[in-house]
Amino acid sequence: MTDTVHEHELHAYVDGTLPAARRLEVEAWLAAHPEDAARVQDWIGQNQSLHAAFDSVLNEPLPLNLVRATRRPALPAPFRAMAATLAMLVTGLVGYAIGLGSGEQAPTAPTAYLARDAAIAHAVFSPEARHPVEIDAAHAEHLVAWLSKRVGTQLQAPDFSAQGFELLGGRLLTGETGPVAQFMYQDKIERRVTLYVRRAVAGNTATSFRHATESGVDVFYWIDGDFGYALSGQIGRQAIQQLADAAYRQLVTASAKP
Amino acid sequence: MRARPDLIEHLPRLRRYARALTGDVNRADDLVQDTLERALAKLDLWQPGSDLRAWLFTLMHNLFVNQIRVRRPQETVMEDALDEPVSGGQMEALAARDIHAALARLPEEQREVLLLVGLEQFGYAEAAQVLGVPAGTVMSRLSRARERMRQMLAGESEIKLKLVR
Repeated sequence: MTDTVHEHELHAYVDGTLPAARRLEVEAWLAAHPEDAARVQDWIGQNQSLHAAFDSVLNEPLPLNLVRATRRPALPAPFRAMAATLAMLVTGLVGYAIGLGSGEQAPTAPTAYLARDAAIAHAVFSPEARHPVEIDAAHAEHLVAWLSKRVGTQLQAPDFSAQGFELLGGRLLTGETGPVAQFMYQDKIERRVTLYVRRAVAGNTATSFRHATESGVDVFYWIDGDFGYALSGQIGRQAIQQLADAAYRQLVTASAKP
Repeated sequence: MRARPDLIEHLPRLRRYARALTGDVNRADDLVQDTLERALAKLDLWQPGSDLRAWLFTLMHNLFVNQIRVRRPQETVMEDALDEPVSGGQMEALAARDIHAALARLPEEQREVLLLVGLEQFGYAEAAQVLGVPAGTVMSRLSRARERMRQMLAGESEIKLKLVR
């Protein structure tokens, strides 16, 4: 039985840091103590209001002066390219990004951007504990319809349940070629993978699977028709490849239907 | 040469925190820029393997505190004195139209804790480390911040109800 609950435990309850067993005891306490329950409810509401008010900042295009400020004057080339890519990811201005550094080369294959952009978007959003997605999987239909409309094609969120990953939800990002849909999945031990879908750079044709490692994130990516797909995660190359295979099969099957 | 940590992926969250902390787009991005410059200058002091995000937030906290000292030298850090509501909750509530206004009315020390924990999802021990204060101080500031926000935001809805009627 619960004898008493300390105030700091009420905060820990709100912030999701209580062990599961204690969590149940605190819930029992709250059921019997309406004043504490009202406080806790308000505190949860405050956290939600903070996210509602400020999460949009995460999605804003990054000011170029800040992107530049992350780099030392003489960065090694891979980081220069990464900074340029991010500027592109967030501004959509190819010319700007190429001119950002001191005469660095654009990557030779345009599809290489896809992997890097996807890896960065994965790194930015997958660690978010409470608000990793804009629309959660409970509203999956709305999510898919909304992202499809913005990206400009009928999208599909692949089903990875056979591989142990459930859809968490998705969000809309800005990319080099326009809007980008990001679907996020999570397994039982809360490992996350993201599927990044955007219109392919003009001139790209279908490609086979490719693999890249960007800042420790494994990315499998491919172009199919007008769209580029990239699956990112840090769950080991083989596991990502299995998911990518599954996604590829499902998406091809879906697009083959009338 | 050791691997260079990647600051870019931390940019969106640094900007979110700075925005909420300062309540102003330009001031927030200036704070982020100062933080990045400081980080690049001190990168050799960062311990590889330790939490880069917490380290960056620590740098930002230090810069923010310095800014406050420069801007308002008369208001030295007197947390407890600042903490007492000057007027009744209702009067404060009149000015606190929404979460932005309520945040702006929180003492900075409380605002930082509320945002680090409630928005940026730092653990209490991590927040204590970022702010350079004992964990107990984080808890008492968090507690006061949440109660004060509650007064301001609850007062607001009461007033709205009166207006509607």
